Amino acid sequence: MTTGIDLQGSFIESLKQLGLSDGLSKALWIPLPSFLMIIGATVGVLVVVWLERKISAAAQQRIGPEYAGPLGVLQPVADGIKLVFKEDIVPAKADPWLFTLGPVLVMLPVFVSYLIVPFGQNLIITDLNVGIFLWIVLSSIAPIGLLMSGYASNNKYSLLGGLRAAAQSISYEIPLALSVLAVVMMSNSLSTIDIVQQQSGYGILGWNIWRQPVGFVVFWISALAECERLPFDLPEAEEELVAGYQTEYAGMKFGLFYLGSYVNLVLSALVVAILYLGGWEFPISIDALAGWLGVNESSAWLEVITASLGITMTVLKAYFLIFIAILLRWTVPRVRIDQLLDLGWKFLLPVSLVNLLLTAALKLAFPIAFGG
Amino acid sequence: MNLAEGVQIVSFAILSALVIGAALGVVLLSNIVYSAFLLGGVFISISGIYILLNADFVAAAQVLIYVGAVNVLILFAIMLVNKQEDFSTLPRRWLRQGATALVCGGIFALLATMILVTPWSIDTTSSAMIDNTIVEIGKHFFSDFLLPFELASILLLMAMVGAIILARRDLIPDTVTTKEGTTTALTLPERPSELEVRELASAKGSSTSK
Repeated sequence: MTTGIDLQGSFIESLKQLGLSDGLSKALWIPLPSFLMIIGATVGVLVVVWLERKISAAAQQRIGPEYAGPLGVLQPVADGIKLVFKEDIVPAKADPWLFTLGPVLVMLPVFVSYLIVPFGQNLIITDLNVGIFLWIVLSSIAPIGLLMSGYASNNKYSLLGGLRAAAQSISYEIPLALSVLAVVMMSNSLSTIDIVQQQSGYGILGWNIWRQPVGFVVFWISALAECERLPFDLPEAEEELVAGYQTEYAGMKFGLFYLGSYVNLVLSALVVAILYLGGWEFPISIDALAGWLGVNESSAWLEVITASLGITMTVLKAYFLIFIAILLRWTVPRVRIDQLLDLGWKFLLPVSLVNLLLTAALKLAFPIAFGG
Repeated sequence: MNLAEGVQIVSFAILSALVIGAALGVVLLSNIVYSAFLLGGVFISISGIYILLNADFVAAAQVLIYVGAVNVLILFAIMLVNKQEDFSTLPRRWLRQGATALVCGGIFALLATMILVTPWSIDTTSSAMIDNTIVEIGKHFFSDFLLPFELASILLLMAMVGAIILARRDLIPDTVTTKEGTTTALTLPERPSELEVRELASAKGSSTSK
């Protein structure tokens, strides 16, 4: 297995050659990946917003945005700027501290979760032992932010909306965690790098989706519910509720909720791509391809190609899943709250439990195929 | 002192200040909702201290269980309980407060002595760096900590079965006629709120007077 490109090592080495001390060059490296990730996530959100407008327009036989930039690509930027310049209102009897802190608490864990998303062998911020577990942990903080903003608005609709949103988030976390556990059991590691590596070697045939079809469906449904996407966007269902916990929010505070939900969608799609679609792997194993063509595995140009292919593949897979999510939004009707909870507790939870037990049994029976 | 040690000491100082400040806030603030949110802050700061101690799994589990489950449960309980109670000023309130302070001080003294007396032998030389903490935890679970592990599993199973039995409302018929009035399938069988009781009482009073 090639180690690929070591950006961190080469960056620190080149700074050292410029005459900086060891500690200083390492300290200079630390903020770089985080900034890159924040910028990447924000650009990803802009792309998703544009895609959503365009695809929804196509689904309804409209044209969609087209004046702001070519094909309307600057439309999401215009939306964002509009939100920034809107007046930031805090209702008179609201709790100003909690009202401000709520949206931050909803959005921050999502951005921190990008720590564990790998785009290649070394193209990851940190390779943690508890990688995918950290993602589940961070997504469990969001209900607190929802409850906080619902409570601080000093409004019964908001309080009930916050409670509903938190209940939805909690009930779909359990099937999510159980289906992740099945994947983790097969790859014997919680680290996202190990999970992708376990799927590599056989190209598209080695991806987890063939071994975990049920887990994949359960995970994707739960991830959509966690992101409050349609058909599960009950917390902000504008017809039934008065916009749930977001009723009193305006300007950039509302924008943070908006940003958070879209970043969460991108992140969930990336995690699905990592867990079930082979992460950065090309449908044909690159190592095998290089072997057939007789190319040395450790040559520099091959590593550059592998790294750029890895980033492209991860992003492509994620955007394919986002495309499916947007299509779902315009084709599937919204569920009611009792249907939502029934689906979560009475269907997805038992199905994911059975899936976990089956995976354990198959792992014992066929240790070669199911990571013994 | 190199970079890593400096970062560790500074983060330890910040985290300790956060833990102590948030914990004092939990106890001293009069608004119970603030206390509940600050409790989440305490748990997260403690998880940060676990990270400083290289216990990554424990830190993550701390956030998942205490912040994601326990604290959210507390918040739900606080926000769903709609009880207005005006406390009257008690005579000789200082007696209670003094007793509480005495007990708290005693417990603090006990813990402080325990911390000072216990020989915290940290052997930095021999302990090998554990690469994968989860594997180590798993080994301990299935060897020397097997009994507590199994007991905890049974406890959780009992809690789950109990929760399912409580949550199943199939046995309750669609229309129940209670003495207060009629509940339909859409209203959960629960005690009527204070307002409803007052209305019912006034309605009864007016009907009897007529």
